[in-house]
Amino acid sequence: MLREHRPQTLFDRIWQNHVIASQSDGQQLLFIDRHLVHEGSFHGFNKLKDKNARVSRPDLTFGIVDHYAPTRIRDISKIDAAIAGMITQLEENCLANDVRIFGLNDPRQGIVHVVGPEQAITLPGATIVCGDSHTSTHGAFGAIAFGIGASEVAHVLMTQTLWQKKPKSMRVRFDGKLGPGITAKDMALAMIAAIGADGAQGHAIEYTGSAVEGLSMEGRLTLCNLSIESGARCGLIAPDMTTVNFLRNRPLAPKGDLFERAAEAWLSLRRDDDAALERELVIEGSEIAPVVTWGISPEDALPITSAVPMPDAMTDESRAAHTREAIDYMGLRPGMPLTEIPVDRVFIGSCTNSRIEDLRAAAAVLSGRKSAVPGLVSPGSSLVKHQAEQEGLDRIFVDAGLEWVDSGCSMCVGMNGDLVPPGERCASTTNRNFKGRQGPKSRTHLMSPAMVAAAAVTGHLTDVRDLMGGRS
Amino acid sequence: MRPFKTLDAKAAPLPFASVDTDQLIPARFMKRSRSEGYGQYLLYDMRFDGEGNPIEDFPLNDPARAGVEILVGRRNFGAGSSREAAVYALVDYGFRCVIAPSFGDIFASNSVNNGLLPARVTEEDAETILSLLENGQDRAFVDLDTCEIRLANHVFRFEIEPVWRTKLLNGWDDLDLTASYADDIARYMVSDKERHPWLQEIPASI
Repeated sequence: MLREHRPQTLFDRIWQNHVIASQSDGQQLLFIDRHLVHEGSFHGFNKLKDKNARVSRPDLTFGIVDHYAPTRIRDISKIDAAIAGMITQLEENCLANDVRIFGLNDPRQGIVHVVGPEQAITLPGATIVCGDSHTSTHGAFGAIAFGIGASEVAHVLMTQTLWQKKPKSMRVRFDGKLGPGITAKDMALAMIAAIGADGAQGHAIEYTGSAVEGLSMEGRLTLCNLSIESGARCGLIAPDMTTVNFLRNRPLAPKGDLFERAAEAWLSLRRDDDAALERELVIEGSEIAPVVTWGISPEDALPITSAVPMPDAMTDESRAAHTREAIDYMGLRPGMPLTEIPVDRVFIGSCTNSRIEDLRAAAAVLSGRKSAVPGLVSPGSSLVKHQAEQEGLDRIFVDAGLEWVDSGCSMCVGMNGDLVPPGERCASTTNRNFKGRQGPKSRTHLMSPAMVAAAAVTGHLTDVRDLMGGRS
Repeated sequence: MRPFKTLDAKAAPLPFASVDTDQLIPARFMKRSRSEGYGQYLLYDMRFDGEGNPIEDFPLNDPARAGVEILVGRRNFGAGSSREAAVYALVDYGFRCVIAPSFGDIFASNSVNNGLLPARVTEEDAETILSLLENGQDRAFVDLDTCEIRLANHVFRFEIEPVWRTKLLNGWDDLDLTASYADDIARYMVSDKERHPWLQEIPASI
């Protein structure tokens, strides 16, 4: 077939494949391949009911219980009635519309951004939306995946399409090789610290470079998950054999010859070498140290080897004001070394860091050691929980003194009642250190699972590399 | 949706950066039905102390600011979660316009879908507006046609995506527009089944 060569980025290529119509003002109508709904999607379903409409493509829509999932008692008759109501409401909305649902007691239940890849609902080259900002996670497979609001949820439910203006493109290249103990979480936090929590607003990020190619699917999911914390619309990584091998034989992946045909198409989803680049950021992988957040925005992130910033030394007044507000809320002293910050509890879980590789990394540090503080470990899905138990990881956490519970969004957002008490400080593998995110007046420090495990062992923020001697 | 052309209303300063959607409406209120009105939960943990008493020096608790319809913040307003409830809280409280140097993308899009104008100004202008509002001024005039904000003797330019401007000016709902493309959507589904059968057909076993 003869066609004009117009160099495309990976993002351009997938976007162009989904355009149904274009308006003169730049808006384009996109087909949506996968729509994930959860308990919070009830506003969208209510809009559907108001219009007496039904779900247009129930076969491409999936319901998953995660935001309100109780993690200690799975008998819905024995939990808070308002929380139980949120779960049954989703189940009823899905049932009424013939939408497949992974309910609370389904053995495959879990966090929507963990279950999607695990079941191969998520596929390369797809457009994926969900009423949750961390939908950017699925970009790890080379998909365009982004969070939407309730009005847009209703629009997708009714039409399986969405009007969008194409975001600008940006490439973030991680060169070289990561040092020991450095993970995708550190890569993402280092990037956000460099460009700011609004640094990528209006952009789709393509992650490239040897340090990205070297990541497992779990690591890639963590990296793309945190794209939204830099303000980006979405983040994505070109599919390669790591992607194809992950998907082979997954429950909802294509089967047999169709898989081979699909895999060939997926591997051709690459950016042209001469594709235009609107912005580029290059980070040297070997220079990344373990990163922790000290403040109230994910951009308030620094290598563990540094100290709390000093607002009086800042020339930018609005920057200084934010720093003072953050230091005050977090109960810190300007200039104090980050390793002197004590923690009251730890949390390992969330769509950012709750996959099997994350649990293994935390368990490697905790093995044979005790946690100095209480804490919760909530696996990303019931299948991850099962696998971790097969590997004996649950014993390591329990022996260390941490609580091993069921899967859900849990203490990342606290909707199910798993909260950090007021004034307490939590070392957390989650994605947002916003004021009150883990509960009213809670204080959150974000870091990798291994770093959370290190903080648990010592009772204060700690460079995990100091605890690794001989472990990996 | 109610069209937005001009707005002559009271304005309040919210001199913080990154007022995220978790602060606009804390997660614990999101089980409630919208029919209760979400305005009462707006910025709840900033407006009220642990016992539920109003915090005196918080701008929105000033009786003189009652009936306010314009909110002015610092950069990265509405960052974070995609919860449209954050916009419901602002709209139900009575806001029709938020002015800030930058907005979370999903928040801005949710705002437009609810008739709330996210007006982007420079950081310098945001600081000037905040300072005017903290020193005696309490009203602003917002003109979406000309993309101008008038306050005291100043005129500030603001920016908004042209697509969103048109939508707000006309009070359009995306669904009306999409309905006119029903045939194109149907054709897309047929042709994509040929091109990417794995995207259009999912194995039934689940």
